[in-house]
Amino acid sequence: MNSEYKSDGRLERVLRSGRFAVTAELNPPDSADPDEVYQAALVLSEVCDGINATDGSGAHCHMSSVAICALLTRAGYAPIFQVSCRDRNRIAIQGDVLGAAAMGVSNVLCLTGDDVTAGDQPQAKRVFDFDSIQLLRTIKIMRDEGKFLSGRKLTTPPRLFLGAASNPFVPPFDWRPYRLAKKIEAGADFIQSQYCFDVPRFRQFMQKVRDLGLHEKAFFLVGVGPLRSEKTAEFMRTKVPGVHIPDAIVERLRKTPKEKKVEEGKRICVEIIQQVREIEGVSGVHVMAYRQEELVAEIISEAGLLPRPRIGGPVNNARPRRTHPVNGV
Amino acid sequence: MKFGQQLQRYPHFLERTYQLTYHLFKKLDPLIARIGYDRVDGWLRGPEDFAKRVVFDCHMCGQCILHSTGMTCSMSCPKNLRNGPCGGVRANGHCEVKPEMPCVWVQAYNRSLDMTVYGDELLNIQPPVNRQLEGSSAWINMLTGQDKAVPKAWPQMDIIPLAEK
Repeated sequence: MNSEYKSDGRLERVLRSGRFAVTAELNPPDSADPDEVYQAALVLSEVCDGINATDGSGAHCHMSSVAICALLTRAGYAPIFQVSCRDRNRIAIQGDVLGAAAMGVSNVLCLTGDDVTAGDQPQAKRVFDFDSIQLLRTIKIMRDEGKFLSGRKLTTPPRLFLGAASNPFVPPFDWRPYRLAKKIEAGADFIQSQYCFDVPRFRQFMQKVRDLGLHEKAFFLVGVGPLRSEKTAEFMRTKVPGVHIPDAIVERLRKTPKEKKVEEGKRICVEIIQQVREIEGVSGVHVMAYRQEELVAEIISEAGLLPRPRIGGPVNNARPRRTHPVNGV
Repeated sequence: MKFGQQLQRYPHFLERTYQLTYHLFKKLDPLIARIGYDRVDGWLRGPEDFAKRVVFDCHMCGQCILHSTGMTCSMSCPKNLRNGPCGGVRANGHCEVKPEMPCVWVQAYNRSLDMTVYGDELLNIQPPVNRQLEGSSAWINMLTGQDKAVPKAWPQMDIIPLAEK
């Protein structure tokens, strides 16, 4: 085991080896059936280096991210455990992080989380005991110092590759790179951004990121995804918090004949991947295809990002897993 | 609220007022200590709550960082964020949760640009909130040092070294 690595996972190894990384988001099932998770993972596992398990995204309830991660590691997949600050306080979160690490999770993405009002149960109590930066720093303390936030010692600290989100596409634009600097200082090793549909704006942002030297301190993965039609685009930019889609892209989809819209949406996504790949400081892409998982493989393939490297093995656990002393599970 | 909004247009004036009050309290510290922090806390709560509510829409978290956040109360952010804006800010700079309200952090950033004394403190990493201090006087907590008391494992001072500013 190489002690320079902070985690035992594949994503960190792919990124540190200088390869262009690909991660993808798994749409969590509204079900108690593990097979639905495995089916969704099956189409993603061969085409990416990490599968994001979302934590009640859009404030909608689905199978929990920690449970999805447990199912995925059991099958040898490499999940990215998303933790949002909306639903749990510091006591619950630190416990979940330990539990996830114990089950073989190597990556954690720390998020503020969409507000409860974005979902279908707006009557819920919002927690937000931490913000994302405090969450990052807390998990970093657990990993590097082997302590809970209270100072109490951990017998075995979690080995985790820490992620944070960034949204360069919403105000205050000038401050966004500094916000990123804060997240990296707090402990982020990799960044996954919000959907990028505005490449010129993203270029401006990355210029500032490079000026601040941030691209050398963390790996930046750009969020991308296909749009099914101009209606989807319109819905996303008005209803989904933080998504910015320029008029030109909506217009391009509107002009496309109906039967070719899906193809065109995919085309746009591939073009954006190819454009951001050329920007200095970009280390990978994060594909989010809400209810269009079947397109993820095609997009990654058409963007020329296959086959994925097999560093650290196809599975998540680079170190031998301890077996249960009694039943050998 | 109107009066407060007028005053908030002068962040530099407000930070100077904060600075002055800070030094005043530091001067009065021995006297307050003799009377008893708890007793003065009882007297101060009401007036402090009123004054800060009128000007800043204060939420009495008891560990005031107004001067570090552009003289804008970060606790009036519906998500209580202490370290900057979430990713849900609308294109017009308004809040994701309350569409009619300008984002607290967009305002904080703009105001911090006019603040020559504490403006740069916007870049500091703020520790988790101590929820036990809610409702108590932040000025007294400043004197007793409770507002700066961080969880045991949290680093004491957190300033970001930036390559360029």
